[in-house]
Formats: sequence, C-alpha cells, structure tokens
Amino acid sequence: MSLTTTTTTAPSPTPPHTSEEGPSRSNIGLVRPDFSTGLKDLLTTVDHKKIGAMYAIFALAFLIIGGVEALFIRAQLAVAENNLVSAETYNQLFTMHGTTMVFLAVMPLSSAFFNFLVPLQIGARDVAFPRLNAFSLWTFVAGAIVVNISWLFQAAQALGWFTTENGMTDIVPAGGWFGYAPLTSDEYTGIGTDFWIFGLQVLGIASIAASLNFIVTIINFRAPGMKMMRLPVFVWMTLITSILVIFAFPPITVALGELMFDRYFGTNFFRVDQGGQPILWQHLFWVFGHPEVYILILPAMGIISEILPVSSKKPLFGYSLIVFSGAVIGFLGFAVWSHHMFTTGLGKVATAAFSLLTMAIAVPTGVKIFNWIGTLWGGRIKFTVPMVLSLGFIWMFMMGGFSGIMHSSAPSDAQQQDSYFVVAHFHYVLIGGSILSLMAGVYFWMPKMTGKMWYGKLGYWVAGIVIVGLNLTFFPMHFLGMIGMPRRTHTYLEGTGWEPMNLVCTIGAFILAIGIFFFLYDIFRTLRKGPPAGDDPWDGRTLEWTISSPPPAYNFARTPIVHSRDALWAHKHGKESVKLGSVEPSPGGIHMPSNSWFPLVASVGFLILGVSMALKQAGVPYCGYIAISGLLITFVGIYLWALEGPGGYHLHPEEKA
Amino acid sequence: MSHAADASHPADHIPTGLDNKKLMMWLFLASDCMFFGTLITTHLVYRKIYENVGVDPITVFDIELTTASSFILLMSSLLMALAVSAIHKGDVKSFRWNLVGVIIFGTLFLGGQVYEFNHFVHLGLTLSTGTFGSTFYVMTGTHGVHVALGILWLISWLVYSFSPKFNAHENAVDVETAGLYWHFVDIVWIVIFTAVYLIEYV
Repeated sequence: MSLTTTTTTAPSPTPPHTSEEGPSRSNIGLVRPDFSTGLKDLLTTVDHKKIGAMYAIFALAFLIIGGVEALFIRAQLAVAENNLVSAETYNQLFTMHGTTMVFLAVMPLSSAFFNFLVPLQIGARDVAFPRLNAFSLWTFVAGAIVVNISWLFQAAQALGWFTTENGMTDIVPAGGWFGYAPLTSDEYTGIGTDFWIFGLQVLGIASIAASLNFIVTIINFRAPGMKMMRLPVFVWMTLITSILVIFAFPPITVALGELMFDRYFGTNFFRVDQGGQPILWQHLFWVFGHPEVYILILPAMGIISEILPVSSKKPLFGYSLIVFSGAVIGFLGFAVWSHHMFTTGLGKVATAAFSLLTMAIAVPTGVKIFNWIGTLWGGRIKFTVPMVLSLGFIWMFMMGGFSGIMHSSAPSDAQQQDSYFVVAHFHYVLIGGSILSLMAGVYFWMPKMTGKMWYGKLGYWVAGIVIVGLNLTFFPMHFLGMIGMPRRTHTYLEGTGWEPMNLVCTIGAFILAIGIFFFLYDIFRTLRKGPPAGDDPWDGRTLEWTISSPPPAYNFARTPIVHSRDALWAHKHGKESVKLGSVEPSPGGIHMPSNSWFPLVASVGFLILGVSMALKQAGVPYCGYIAISGLLITFVGIYLWALEGPGGYHLHPEEKA
Repeated sequence: MSHAADASHPADHIPTGLDNKKLMMWLFLASDCMFFGTLITTHLVYRKIYENVGVDPITVFDIELTTASSFILLMSSLLMALAVSAIHKGDVKSFRWNLVGVIIFGTLFLGGQVYEFNHFVHLGLTLSTGTFGSTFYVMTGTHGVHVALGILWLISWLVYSFSPKFNAHENAVDVETAGLYWHFVDIVWIVIFTAVYLIEYV
C-alpha cells in the first residue's frame, strides 16, 4: 500500500518472495536457511518483529515465575511466626524474585517493545544488525536458564539425584539481587551464587549487544527527513536507555568478574582478612544498579508519551522538554549511586553531595509529569484500556517519586534504610511505573503486532484489579516500614503490631496476581478470537500505523519521507506540505536477510559455559572441560556466523500506488 | 569478517554518513572505556593496601622490559595504521605485510606479558598476594585477553585475504573497524602502563 493514499485499506497478503538469485552460497559453502514458518524459523529468524514477540513471550513467562516467588514471600509473611518456608528458602525466594523481575521480566519486556517498535517508528526495514539481534535474544534466554536452572538442581538434590561434593545445600542463589560481597563469597554461599554470577554475566552480554544494535539503528536507519528532533519519544527513550546500558553494564561485569575470581581462583578482591573492601562491591554494584533503575523506567516513560497524545488527540505537550529531561535523567542517573549507601559511612561531604544530586533528579522527572498532564489538558480524552493504565501509571509513579524524594535526604534515609518503606517505594516505581506502563503498551500495540483487536470489558477489569491490588499490597508497607519492620527477614514476632497490615499486603498481592492472570488470559483470548484490528485502530500519530497489521516482513513497501514531527498525524490531518512522501521502490525489489543458525549456536555455548562453571564449583567431574567446550562452541558459532556471508533474497511487494 | 550487506538500508543515504560497523565499534569502545576504567580504578584503590603482601612492586617490576614491550605494542599501532591505509588504496600486498607486522608485534607483546607473569610469580607476586596481586593480574590479564582476541581477529583477516571472495574495496571498512579496536587496546595499555607500572616509581 502506498503512503500517499489514506491508510485504512485492508492488509494486503504477504506477497511470495522471489529469489531470482537462488540460494546464496558463502565463502566456505555455507547456505543460509530460508525457513518462513515453524519452529526452525523461530530458532533462526532475524526478523525484528518475530524477535520482539519472542522477547515478550519469555518476559511474560518470567513475570509469572517471579510473581509466584513473590506470592510465596507474601504468604510466608501473612501471619507472625509463620513457617511455610524456611529462612534459607526465603532468602532464595527474594533473591530470585528480584533477579527475575529486574533482568528477566521488565528488561526483556522493554526489549520486546524496542525490537518491535523502533524500526517501525523510524521507517526502517530492520535493525542495523539482524543476526546480532537474534544473538541478543538467545543469549538472554541462555542467561535466564543459567540463573533459573538452579531450581531444578535443588529439586534434583531433594530427590537424591544430584549431590554436591561438599554436601552444600545452597544451590539456588540466596545472596539478594544486589549480591553484596563478601556475603556472596565462597565462605558463606554455595553454588547458587555461581549460577547467579554466570547468569548475570551472560545476560549482560545480551543487553550490551542489543543496546549497541539499537543505538546504531536509531542513529543510522532513520527514514529520510526524520531528524533527531522528529523522532517519536519512545525511540528517544530507547536511545537513552541503550546508552545507559552500554555505560552501566561494564562496572557490574567487572564486579561479577572479581567475585568470580575470588570464588574460583583465590584472589582477594572481597576477602577482608587480605585487605579486600566490601564497600568496593557496593560502589561497583550501585554505579550499575542506579542507572539500571532508569533503564527500567525510561522505556515506560516513552510508552506513556506515545499513548497519551493519541488518546487525548493532542500533540505531546513540550516534546523537546520531554526529550531533554529524559537525557538529563539518564545523565544524572550515573551521579547518584551512593544514595544507596548513605548508611555505609561515606562521610559528610559525599553524603551531602549525593543527597543533593539525588534530589536534582526529581526536577526532570517532575518536568515529564507536568508535560503529561499538559498533554491531557483540554484534550478530547478517550478512556481506552491503554489510556486507563497510563493514567494509573502517572498516579502510581508520582507516589513512588514522592517517597523517592524522602529517601534522597540522608537523615531520613538513615531511618528508612532496609525497612519496608524502601520496599514500598521501589515497588510503586517498578510495578506502578514499569509494569503498568508496559501493560498499557501491550494493550496499545498488540493490535498492530497480531492484527487482532481487544474486545469486551475484560481490559478495564484488568486495569482496575491490578491498580487496586497494587495499592493494597504496597501502600501499607510505607507504614510497616515507618513502625520498624525490616526487609529480608523471613518472619516476625507476634505482638509487634505488624500483623494486620501484613495480612492486608498479602491479600493485596493475591488480588494483584488475579489481575495479572486476567491480563495474560486477555492476551490469549484476543490472540484466539480477537476481531481484525485494522491498520490504524487508535487514529495514531507515528509511522507504524501506516502499514498493515500485522506488518509484512519488509515493514514498508516504500520507505516514507518525513516532513514533520507526529508524521502520520500531520499526513492525515495537516497541510499538504507536511504529508508523507515515499522513496521510489528499488527495481530489484527489497533485499531481505536470510535466517541464520549461528546466533543460536553462539548463545548455546554461553549456556553450556555458565552451567558447567557453576557445577564445577560443586565438584561435578569434567566440568572444566565442558566449560571450555562451551567457550569453543561460542567461538565456532561466531566464526561460522562471520563466514556464512550475507545471504538474503529479494521481495517484490505488490503495490497499489 | 562480516559482510557489508547484512541488512538492506531503507534509503540510499545514512543520516550520519558513518558506516554502521564503524559506529558500532566506536560505541563498543565507549563501553569498553567503562570496563577498563572500572578495573584501573579498582587497582588504584587497592594498590596501597599491603595486608599480607610481603613483596614490594618496585623490586618485582622490571621496568626496562615492560617499557620495551610497551614500545613494541605502540609500534604495532603504527603498522596497523599503515595496513588500513594500504587496503584503502587497494594495495593488498602491502596490507598483508603490515598486518603480519602487527601480528608479530602483538605476539611479542603477549610473549613479554607471559614471561613477566611467570617471572613475577617466581618472585612471590601471585594472584592471591594481597589485593595488589589480585588487581594487577586481573587487570593486565584482561588487557592481555583483549590483545589476544585482536591478534586472532587480525590473523583471520590475513587468512581471509587469500580467499577469492576477499575484496579490498568492500572489506576495507571491516579492516578499519578491527584497526579501531587495535588502537584502542594500545591506548588503554598506555593508561595501564602509567597507572600500574610507572606510578610505583613516583
């Protein structure tokens, strides 16, 4: 379909691809596969839309796993002196809950949106490095398996199928998602920490690879005329998030590497009796960990900035301010890590400086919130499901922001440190913020992704139940923290006065879980029976709504030429001079990259390396050799990847221009 | 050894005019700056903590040898620049000889590091000699791994340059990307040499 006509024509069937070149042979005789359906296609695909969908499926699966862990935690704390789970199991539960939610649920769900949306929103046919994109996905899956396979080994040990040489019981990570050394050194923890270290390293490789890809894509693959200040806000937030990832992950890579050397090779980075400093871990972890918070929330802010203008039929209020405040948040995110360490005794000057810098972050965040409200102001608001969730996001995120400002003051932080007040704060930001807006994004873009529209009132029920459950779970935690309930303890005594509010929190958690269950059911129901969505169901403003739903493999039959911000809106409702143009189609057809096995092969090498290194620590024989073979598989995969050549075929979309 | 046409660009223009692979390498090196920055910071924080060390870095370090191997590494950067310049001119023969030079010089540097590590261990400075030994070996070892990967990469290009598919014009940008990596590894070594070796003599 052409961009110069209106955009509501029926989706054209994907035209058959003609490979007049024949299969392209590489330098060493390898032929890149050309699957188009089935499991083999999913394993070898380099299509950013399929990769995005797989990211979403894995992320939602881990959202369930992390959620079940959270329900166990809340069930244990429902009443005083409960012994549903042991103290050891409780440590494993909160460690795995945090690790899973941060690295395996929120980050990959954001990645799903990056993958699916960024090329569509900038008018590109794919990301800059399609095979690297597939590598990021499979490496993420490998890292997720390395961390979570520990549960299986623990189960095997309970059944007597697996024994460790020294009879250690600590097989699931139990050192907290922050992994404070030296509590995670080999004297105090078992191979759980090894699964955690290697899993996180592999996940870090996946994140950095994906981020490099997205930065290059956004900078180099924009459609003609799409200047930086015409990029959709979601793309801007993706760019800033990706920059944060490439600068924030190296410090944790080094920290994990040092911890690994301490555990495997007898170095002294965190051995206090040899001069190692526990505070070094805290600095290295939080210089990653605080930017990580913004890595989790900036994509959410981008999603909200796309939904609000569409649902209130107004341009985003203060586009430049939203973009610049996002950049400022990203920059300041690196300057505030020590506010996680106010109680470690850094001295007055450092504490005061980090206190001030942390408060400063409230300014760009406030700018964003006022811009969103300005967008709503005087708009013709349609209360669609994504809009209701977005409004819920603004409220929840503001609540989390306010308690954040309380923490930024070092004296009050000294009181709140390690109490449930902190738990309340970051769950308001990360569930009320990230998860709520990612859900809004799923409701907003699922029609484009699948071609199926939501129907019925279930979406409104989901939004209502989730927002009620969320507040019921986390609001009382502010008070629990204020009256002294500490984090990370598996139970509490009777008569502390904490019992009633803990029961309320637990009830809230189960209500939240019901809401998430209905959310997943609603996705499933829509996929099976949703009515056709049409190309532009929301009267959208960005380029992805110009193409059919679901988008064809080549995205754009003709690359659009952009003349303004909110390009599609201007095209539909603006003057003649800002209508979208399009690039003449190439006579040879659109060149599409072929599938490839080697990104998957390289990732499997990492999986073997991570699991066998952890088992090596448990004294399982031959694991050192298996680890080396894993590394070799990765190397061979990368070599064959480089040598298999460009491959590819040409498509001739049937145009109705 | 990847190839130019991995994904077709939607339009014939690139907004920045910077090749995808080169841009990617610049970004990766920016990330690597944080990586080495963290390692070097760890060393600077830890080098004066002398619990259980028992060895003095000045008596262990052989500054003449390290200076020589640092000079060799820097000269390899010069040869790398000549190799990149040659392939841009299409002079494959000169490209190969310069690349051989880079590989030999890089390997000499690595050999120096292996000799050094072996020698230091005999003098009593090991991985577990206090925090100084830990950071010294982990940091310089990480740099050594970077050099080794670079050598592997360049050997691959040398071998590939004999393949009939090798095209000096098309592959010049790939070689240039490898060159960026090589120069970065050299520049990092200057910082490490200063912050680890020279600083002990101040």
